This record gives sequence, structure tokens and C-alpha cells, in this order.
Amino acid sequence: MVLVFVETKNGKFKKAAFEAVTYGYKTAQVLGTECVALTIGNTEGGGQLGKYGASKVYQVTGDSLNSFDSQSFTSIISEVAQKLAAQVVIINHTSTGRSLLGRLAVRLEAGSVAGVNAVPTNNGSFKVSKAVFSGKAIATYEVSSPIKVLSVMGNAIQPEEIGGEISPENIEVNIPNSKIRIKELKTEEGIVPLPEAELVVSAGRGMKGPENWGIIEELADVLGATTACSRPVADTGWRPHHEHVGQTGVAIRPNLYIAAGISGAIQHLAGVNSSKVIVVINKDPEAPFFKAADYGIVGDLFDVVPRLTESLKKFKAS
Amino acid sequence: MKFLVCVSKTPETTAKIAFSGDGSQFETSGVNYIMNPYDEWYALVRALELKELHGGSVTIINVGPASNDAVIRKGLAIGADNALRVNAEPNSSLYIAKQIAEHAKTENYDVIFCGKESIDYNGSEVGAMVAELLDLPFISFANHLDLEGNLATVSRDIEGGIEVAEVETPIVVSAAKGMAEQRIPNMRGIMMAKRKPLSVVEPFDFADLSVPVHFQLPPEKGGCVYVDGENMDELVRLLHQEAKVI
Ligand SMILES: Cc1cc2nc3c(=O)[nH]c(=O)nc-3n(C[C@H](O)[C@H](O)[C@H](O)COP(=O)(O)OP(=O)(O)OC[C@H]3O[C@@H](n4cnc5c(N)ncnc54)[C@H](O)[C@@H]3O)c2cc1C
Ligand SMILES: Nc1ncnc2c1ncn2[C@@H]1O[C@H](COP(=O)(O)O)[C@@H](O)[C@H]1O
Repeated sequence: MVLVFVETKNGKFKKAAFEAVTYGYKTAQVLGTECVALTIGNTEGGGQLGKYGASKVYQVTGDSLNSFDSQSFTSIISEVAQKLAAQVVIINHTSTGRSLLGRLAVRLEAGSVAGVNAVPTNNGSFKVSKAVFSGKAIATYEVSSPIKVLSVMGNAIQPEEIGGEISPENIEVNIPNSKIRIKELKTEEGIVPLPEAELVVSAGRGMKGPENWGIIEELADVLGATTACSRPVADTGWRPHHEHVGQTGVAIRPNLYIAAGISGAIQHLAGVNSSKVIVVINKDPEAPFFKAADYGIVGDLFDVVPRLTESLKKFKAS
Repeated sequence: MKFLVCVSKTPETTAKIAFSGDGSQFETSGVNYIMNPYDEWYALVRALELKELHGGSVTIINVGPASNDAVIRKGLAIGADNALRVNAEPNSSLYIAKQIAEHAKTENYDVIFCGKESIDYNGSEVGAMVAELLDLPFISFANHLDLEGNLATVSRDIEGGIEVAEVETPIVVSAAKGMAEQRIPNMRGIMMAKRKPLSVVEPFDFADLSVPVHFQLPPEKGGCVYVDGENMDELVRLLHQEAKVI
């Protein structure tokens, strides 16, 4: 059995949740078994996980579980995994998932692989791949323990409609008290967080100053994209820190990454080179970023970006 | 207060990544190594700041071979009081975490710091593992940490925002950007580091459960298609019809 712990935000499921379930379904197929989903906290619409490949949805509810604590969640997921004799436990490689993976590995005495980017194979031994060296290489891991834990990189797999809605069932487990008290939660509503974003518009020092970011925001707006920036831009306070992408910032892998006025330093590329399609706008034809680009525009971003926004508006309207 | 900082050694951020012909080994020749930036810039510096505020000591731990001593000495030059190296060539995060926990379980550290992730294997696993092995709360991706007595106030990065929490020490924390500002070691620090204790202990046996067995470079990009800056309708068409991303 493959167990997928499905994350929710304010009780609601995000796209990453469906990705994890579809990944779990495909892993279960490789192992010739079924995929079971688990939700923790008070959630709405758990039944839809059936659509993405779960043959059962178990839920552990309780008001105390609406805020996340790696210690209590590890205890719950491990207990369910042991009860159901899970062979593989799958979670998302999100900030939540990343604080759980190592704990689950210890608790379940399981070999773990963080941030897998493809469905495992099981020909004699269990193998699965992930990006290493900040996206500069891919490593294949062999996991030898009877039970395994994997965290799935965002956008590594697309959710697929496999089955139909099912009714979630409650499962009895011991609910430990959390030692962590959440005081405050500051989230930006309505914006897709960078690690989950499928479309990203990013800009660098070529923008000259924070007052010029209107054209980037407008482009992002028309596309429905999330904005990002290079490190010096965040370091000088032109843009908030959470927008900084690269080796020492957020690593992303959107479907589309548009970079304007960014030179393409190796540390920047390390966080964005797993993007499916890269568009580079730079006035310097020698900018290293063009080597990593799928589409390049040599030109002044102050002309090109507004023009692109206009073309997109026309496209959207047609 | 006692602080432990887990420090790993990683290839420099500009290092060229290459593998042996059969893909089994990382090619180390010509690669310069550094202290993992998250460990150096954020974890270590915040531990030092907290020691400066509250007194106590900062210990560095690394699980690695003797060639890691240079990186450990840099940590001592930045200001750590002493260091411990577990003499091993680790192949998995769990192996590393087991060695760290083995040391930490009898030392009563108030805060165990590690970095958000190592920039080579990008696991962000070790911290969570150490926390579980010691049965301690774990705050991942912390961008701020204050201590008052045994009460820690921590702010951490979550998707699309920030969460502020309170928790009693002892705790394990993984440090992200924002936690502190990088410190450059000065001459005095470098001289003093030579005399600071760096002890070496042998690892205890633990058989890996998950190891990398093959490496490869990502598939090459097909080359850049240039589009005229005057003709953004063409770019939109390409993104829609060819790349199918919009
Ligand atoms: C250890 C370490 C870690 C690092 N981590 C990161 C990281 O995570 N992320 C990151 O981004 N960087 C990181 N860096 C920094 C990185 O090396 C580069 O310095 C940085 O990415 C450069 O940012 P930039 O491209 O915005 O600026 P620049 O390199 O200054 O490039 C600006 C670009 O804009 C172009 N330009 C200027 N005007 C225009 C115009 N009008 N129209 C079009 N184009 C224009 C220029 O031709 C140039 O290519 C790191 C560095 C180190 C040492
Ligand atoms: N060999 C090691 N010795 C000591 N600490 C380590 C080692 N490897 C990783 N760490 C710590 O664990 C953190 C996360 O590493 P990782 O799980 O590899 O992403 C690093 O930032 C370090 O603080």
C-alpha cells in the first residue's frame, strides 16, 4: 500500500495535493498495490482525492490539528502508515513536507529521498531520481529499507483524473499535544506562492530601481503569474526577500519563467534551470542567461516588457 | 546557553559539476569547497549573536573526513568556541543525523542549528532527523529567532508567507535567509581559530537505507530561439502553439 499525506491550507486542497496523489497512484501501480490518501485537520472536499488516484481517503480531524507541527504530524502519519502496513509514504516537498520527511524517515526506520522528480522504478531494487547540486545534475537513489518515504517536488508531475469522488473515512489515532504555539500567520492572499507557481515573471538589476517594477507587475498580472527577482534586487530591498530565486533563495520549476534584466549568473540559474520553458529579455546579447534560454529577446526591457504585455492582452482577449 | 551548529561542506556555488564516465562518482578534481552558505551565513552567525546576548558557548559539528577541517576552522575563525568532527565519509542524511544525535544526546544543547538545506544534495533532511532522534520540536526555515530564558520566539518561511511561533527550548532550528548577516573572519579570528579545540571522534556503525547510485547531467537545452523585440505577438504565438505553456 502507498500512503499519501495530503497537505491542506486553511482546510482546502491545493494543486500540489493532487500532484502528490497522482504520484502516489503511479507509484502504487509500479508496486502492484493501491494508493491511500490521508488528511490531517479539518478539511473540506477530501473526497475529490479519489479523482486523482486515491482508492481510499482517511481523515484525522480535530481543531488542534489545524496548525502544523512536525512532531505531532509525524506521530499521526507514522501511526497510520504502520496500521495500514504502508510500503511507501509520500508527501509534498513543500516547507511542511520538508520538515516532516526526515522525522518520518527516523520514526519509520525508512530510507528517504527528498524532492523526487519522477515516478520510482522497481526492477529488482527500488530506485527514484531527484535533482541535486541545485538543479545542475540528476541523481538516482536506491532505497533498500522495507518502508520508504519520498517527498515530491512541485510541478514534477501533473495531476491526472484517474477515478471518481469517494467518501473520506475517519481513522482513529493518538493525537499528541503540540509543543509549538502559533502566534501569528502572515500570508499574502490571492498570490500563488513561488514554489507552486506555474508561471513566473522575474526581474533583476537591469530594472535600475524599485520604482520601475510596475511593468513587471503588469506583465505578471496579465499572465496570472507570480513575481520573482534576482538576489541583489532582494538584498538592496528593491523587492521583498521571499521573491529571491536562485541557489540561496527559492528554487522553482514553473512551466514558464520569464527573466528580464537578469544576467543569468550560475547561482541564479541553479534555482530556475528546472523551469520547463525559459524566456530571457536582456539588452546584452552576450548575457550568459541566453545559453539557458528557450526563447531570447535581445532588447531594452523597458520597450520589450510593455510590448509583451500588450501582445498577451490581445491573445487573452481573442 | 549551549548552541550546536551543524555545518556541512559543499562545492562552491560556481563549481562545474561533472561525474565519472559511468556516472557512479562525483568528479571532485578541480572543485573548490566552501562551508554550506546557509550554515555559515545564517545558522552560525545567529548562534554567535545569541551567545553574545545571553552568554554560553557555540560548538560546531561536522560529519566528514579530515579534508573538512579547513571549513571547520573557518567556522572557528568566524567565532565558534570549539568544534567536533565525526570522522566519516557519509553517504546519506540519516547516517549524518545519527552521528550528530549520538553526540548531542548527552550534551544538553539549548538550540541545535542547521542550515535550510545543503546546496549539494538539497535534502533539508538532516535537521528534521536530528530533531526526531532527540524527540525535540523542529522549526524549519527560520528567518528569525529570539530567546528569553527558555522561551524561543521563531519566525519561519512557509509557502506564500511567514508563521510566528513560540516554543520552549531545547529545540532544533533550520536557518534560512533573514536570520543573520554574513560575517567575514578577521585576522585575529583566524589566528585564534588555530588554537581552538577541534576534536575528532570515530563514527558508530549505521547501514545506509537510501544512497545515490547514479548521477547524470540534465538533458541539454535545444538552444535559444531568438525573437525580434518588435514582434512580441510572435513570442506569444510560440509560447502558446509550440511550447504550450500559455
Ligand atoms: C554564494 C552566492 C550565492 C548566490 N545566490 C544567488 C541566488 O540565489 N540568486 C541570484 O539571483 N543570485 C545569487 N548570487 C548572485 C549572482 O552571482 C549574481 O550576482 C546575481 O544573480 C546578479 O543579479 P542580476 O542578474 O539581477 O544583476 P546583474 O548581474 O547586474 O545583471 C543585470 C542584467 O541586466 C541587463 N540589463 C541592464 N539594463 C537592461 C535593460 N534596460 N534592458 C534589458 N536588460 C538590461 C544587463 O545586460 C545584465 O545582464 C549569489 C552569489 C554568490 C556568491
Ligand atoms: N556532513 C554534515 N555534517 C554536519 N552537518 C551536516 C552535514 N550535512 C548536512 N548537515 C546539516 O544539515 C543541514 C541540511 O542538510 P541537507 O539535509 O543535506 O539538506 C545543513 O545545512 C547542515 O546544517
